[in-house]
Amino acid sequence: MTPWQERRRAYLAMLRVEFANATHYRATFLVFALQSTMPLIMLAVWWAATEDGPIRGMGPGDFAAYYLASLAVRQITASWLVWGMNGEIRGGGVMMRLMRPVHPFLAYSAESLAQMPLRLLAALPPMIFALLWLGSAHFTRDPLLLGLFLVSLAGAWLCEFAILVTIGTLGLLVESSIAIYQVWLGVHALLSGYLIPLTMIPEELRGAVALLPFRYLLSFPIEVLLGSLSRGEALRNLGVQWAYAAGFLGVALAVWRAGLRRYQAYGG
Amino acid sequence: MPAPAGAPAIEVAHLVKHYEVHHREAGLLASLRSAFSRKRESVPAVSDLSFQIAPGERVGFLGPNGAGKTTTLKILSGLLYPTSGRVRVHGYDPQHREAGFLKSVSLVMGQRHQLYWDLPPVETFALNAALYGVPEDTFRETLGELVELLSLQGVVEKPTRQLSLGERMKCELVCALLHRPRLMFLDEPTIGLDVEMQVIVRTFIQQYNERFGATVMLTSHHMDDVTALCSRVIVIDHGRIQYDGDLGALVRRVCPAKQLVLKLAQPVPRERLAARAEVASLTEAQATLRVPQEALRTVIPQLLAELPILDLSVEDPPLEQVLRELFAGASPLGGPAA
Repeated sequence: MTPWQERRRAYLAMLRVEFANATHYRATFLVFALQSTMPLIMLAVWWAATEDGPIRGMGPGDFAAYYLASLAVRQITASWLVWGMNGEIRGGGVMMRLMRPVHPFLAYSAESLAQMPLRLLAALPPMIFALLWLGSAHFTRDPLLLGLFLVSLAGAWLCEFAILVTIGTLGLLVESSIAIYQVWLGVHALLSGYLIPLTMIPEELRGAVALLPFRYLLSFPIEVLLGSLSRGEALRNLGVQWAYAAGFLGVALAVWRAGLRRYQAYGG
Repeated sequence: MPAPAGAPAIEVAHLVKHYEVHHREAGLLASLRSAFSRKRESVPAVSDLSFQIAPGERVGFLGPNGAGKTTTLKILSGLLYPTSGRVRVHGYDPQHREAGFLKSVSLVMGQRHQLYWDLPPVETFALNAALYGVPEDTFRETLGELVELLSLQGVVEKPTRQLSLGERMKCELVCALLHRPRLMFLDEPTIGLDVEMQVIVRTFIQQYNERFGATVMLTSHHMDDVTALCSRVIVIDHGRIQYDGDLGALVRRVCPAKQLVLKLAQPVPRERLAARAEVASLTEAQATLRVPQEALRTVIPQLLAELPILDLSVEDPPLEQVLRELFAGASPLGGPAA
């Protein structure tokens, strides 16, 4: 076997085992489906607020399309990685992971990707409901933009994964990185478009928010799907998103190397 | 970079490891103080350790709790960075975590597991085979052998959480050996196991070492593990080597007296036994005496002539006693053995 074939065999094996692990508890699917209810709550709020007239050009149907897409995208990109990593580091389980001849980031990515079929099952109902209820008018029908949406979804997943694995790795440097993760969740909710569409942010702040990477974790794929961006704008932003992904991965690897030097391998 | 042929499996030179420990007293005030200002202390775990282990050796790494055994094992397996010193395993620097190094070693920790809790062990076996690049046919053959040797038929298909501790330990050994490592680090491998399982695990490790020439480095508080498996021991205390050499020589140096175990036909007063030798223990049916090696030829005939003895055996003192006396300072060694 060539080294490439060996690596492919190893990764496929990790995906297979992690999928078996994820599907062991059939209730896991329900947990995924029920964990992201905030978009539905915000949908109800904005629906009521715009019944008498649109706000910043968005009416009830626009908010419905936005939040249902947000629900679906968040299902794909969310992960419990930070909790798992902190548990392993504090409990000592990470030691056995470090003894394997595969970088732990690859193992963590396999764990996250193996949950994707279940997450897709949870993400599809809101999208199908959105299409049946609202029709396709609120979504782009441009095949190129639909293709770019899928690429931007992958980019959003990669950015989120790199950031989460960095936060999890901080557990090697501090006693627990869960508090850092909680802060991250709060900032993410506000600046990624999860709580409110970024077009609702005051004009004076929108420029600064656009410079931050949070938009590329959620709002950007939604903007592509809803046809809010032209082809050129979508392609340009896609370049920025994947540059962020590469940068975040680089930071994650550097933090991991630094963390390993400080790691004290708790436990017997 | 792999080591040339004939090189030691393990080389350690002037290894030092300090841990940074956060001190905090009990109580609410102490908790509040700790939120703003933390007192940290550097605790030495290993101080200037140097030794070499040849390929195929079985070495016991002994010492009291907190001596630095597990810390040393973790540094050798690449889990910890040393504070200073040089470490090479099969020619690799463990901290670089190269694939060649990780594929050549295995770590079995009695209190840690790599099996997936909710899945049958056979899933983890297949995963490890893929991760370590074990060809499919070799994996099937090796797995079949290991399952046979450890009597795991019918066990490996059950979820790990439904296995007994002994079955889980055997499956952990299979996991650790599927890729035929050249070096096994065993940290308390028999902890929590019953006597029968301890014997099975020891026998298996010995057979693996003899068949594949794998190097074994073992830490254990079960001295039977050490006496059964290791002819060489490295004794460590307060992070320093106290002894490095033959196990038998250690026993003779620390406790030169032999143990005479007498099975008695009827109770014997302690004074009658004490007249001939030091009495280590005495019950109605058995007496254990300590006798210098050179006095055995005169003491044994006297005891046989004077006492109602059903059976008599001459034994080395148990390793637990040897180490107790060593760490209590009762029998100084005067430096590490050559």
